Amino acid sequence: MKVVVEYFKDIFGGIKTLITGMKVTGKYFVSPSEIVTQQYPENRETLQMFDRFKGEVIMPHNDKNEHKCTGCGICEMNCPNGSIEVISKWEIVDDKKKKAIDKHIYHLSMCTFCGLCIKTCPSKALAFGQAFEHSVFDRSQLTKILNKPNSVVTKDLKE
Amino acid sequence: MFLYDFTQLTSSIHSSLVESFGEGALTTTIELAIAGVAYLIFFAVLGLFLVYLERKVCAFIQNRLGPMRVGPWGLLQTIADFIKLLMKELIYIKSADQFLFNVAPFIVITASFLAIGAIPFDKGLQVLDFDIGVFYVAAVSSLGVLGVLLAGWASNNKYSLIGAMRSGAQIVSYELSVGLSLMTIIVLAGTMQFSELVAGQADLWFIFKGHIPAMIAFVIFLIAGTAETNRGPFDLAEAESELTAGFHTEYSGIKFALFFLAEYINMFIVASIATTVFLGGWMPLHIPGLDGFNHVMDFIPPVLWFFMKAFTVVFIMMWFKWTFPRLRIDQLLTLEWKYLLPLNLINIVIMTIVVLLGWHL
Repeated sequence: MKVVVEYFKDIFGGIKTLITGMKVTGKYFVSPSEIVTQQYPENRETLQMFDRFKGEVIMPHNDKNEHKCTGCGICEMNCPNGSIEVISKWEIVDDKKKKAIDKHIYHLSMCTFCGLCIKTCPSKALAFGQAFEHSVFDRSQLTKILNKPNSVVTKDLKE
Repeated sequence: MFLYDFTQLTSSIHSSLVESFGEGALTTTIELAIAGVAYLIFFAVLGLFLVYLERKVCAFIQNRLGPMRVGPWGLLQTIADFIKLLMKELIYIKSADQFLFNVAPFIVITASFLAIGAIPFDKGLQVLDFDIGVFYVAAVSSLGVLGVLLAGWASNNKYSLIGAMRSGAQIVSYELSVGLSLMTIIVLAGTMQFSELVAGQADLWFIFKGHIPAMIAFVIFLIAGTAETNRGPFDLAEAESELTAGFHTEYSGIKFALFFLAEYINMFIVASIATTVFLGGWMPLHIPGLDGFNHVMDFIPPVLWFFMKAFTVVFIMMWFKWTFPRLRIDQLLTLEWKYLLPLNLINIVIMTIVVLLGWHL
């Protein structure tokens, strides 16, 4: 008798789990608002990339044209395929020679978007940007200088 | 009216043919040719639409959009795919058994053709109206597995052969459940002829008439029917993740397209049988006692009723496919021999008692 009860328990338990599964997919089927597909070229104007999207490496500048890069070169050392070149210069601040960034050269054409430069930057000067339409007609346009012209290191670098 | 009864249309075509060609072989040949061409066109359109529907249903279940680029909402996508398949190279398999390899897809598609001929889409809109219609459909629809077995054997490929053998084991098992669940309704209806089956559901569909045993039979038929078409959670014969493409691994171009088409047509045939036997075929929804409601339902053309019901069943089968994971071969056989078959046998006895005691509605 116990076997028979187990048998029918099996059947109804099985049906219950099947219905649970079908409920989930059925709910997705009738909720078009949850569709994640982007109709890309058509919705180009309104397309919002996710915050975590790794489009390209950028160096954020504040409104006073200041960035946080000290030119230490840690990002260059950590880059696995040499996409970053840091060219530093010596500046005289308060009668003291101080190392500063001259050009932060970034080769987008070689970058694998591993994010090691951003992770290891001690002053959090680098970040990932959301731009992804990188196609250009000339390869040289993919080599970018990340610090803007005439930009300086921000004064409040401490934290 | 035209949409409500096709017997007048077919008999007028017949009489005009008799007038011009006389009674005899020529008229019969022309009529057969007309029916054949009509079914060919129907197959092509239906196949294209079902593939589109499958891709859309699958996409929506997975929170995607599916084909959207070719034509409005991607409606022309399957036509583009079909043209692509037609133009693809038919790869010559050196070590394959050429004759069997080439004949296999045609056996599969012929089985579908034979089966769909007996399905009544409307009053008078069917090719064959046997007195053993249900038996005939059950017999010819299982012929398709012969093509699958041949394809697997002739390909001379381990994946193909494993897929084909699985398919064989599957069909042999599930054919029993399909037959017995149909038998349950035949006990209730007292006929195997499709036209009389539909006529018997004029007041109430069999699934409601036979209440509990009929509903159990319907569920069993849906499960076994899905298994019979090598689809959904029972697609062991092709099992992409294990056997690349199973029995049609070596096929390309139009020969592959024939297998592909047959799979979808078979799904529609199973849905049509479910519709005709359980859900009243082309008969509108009638509830005894509600004359006004019944009259309103009569205004919807029967062809529309048939396709509405058939596509609902097709949708349920697609829902199965995109929800459940694939069964292992031992699970598949356990489900049939330990669960479906005993339940089916008990169910048929219950149905017999219900009919004998007149407990049906």
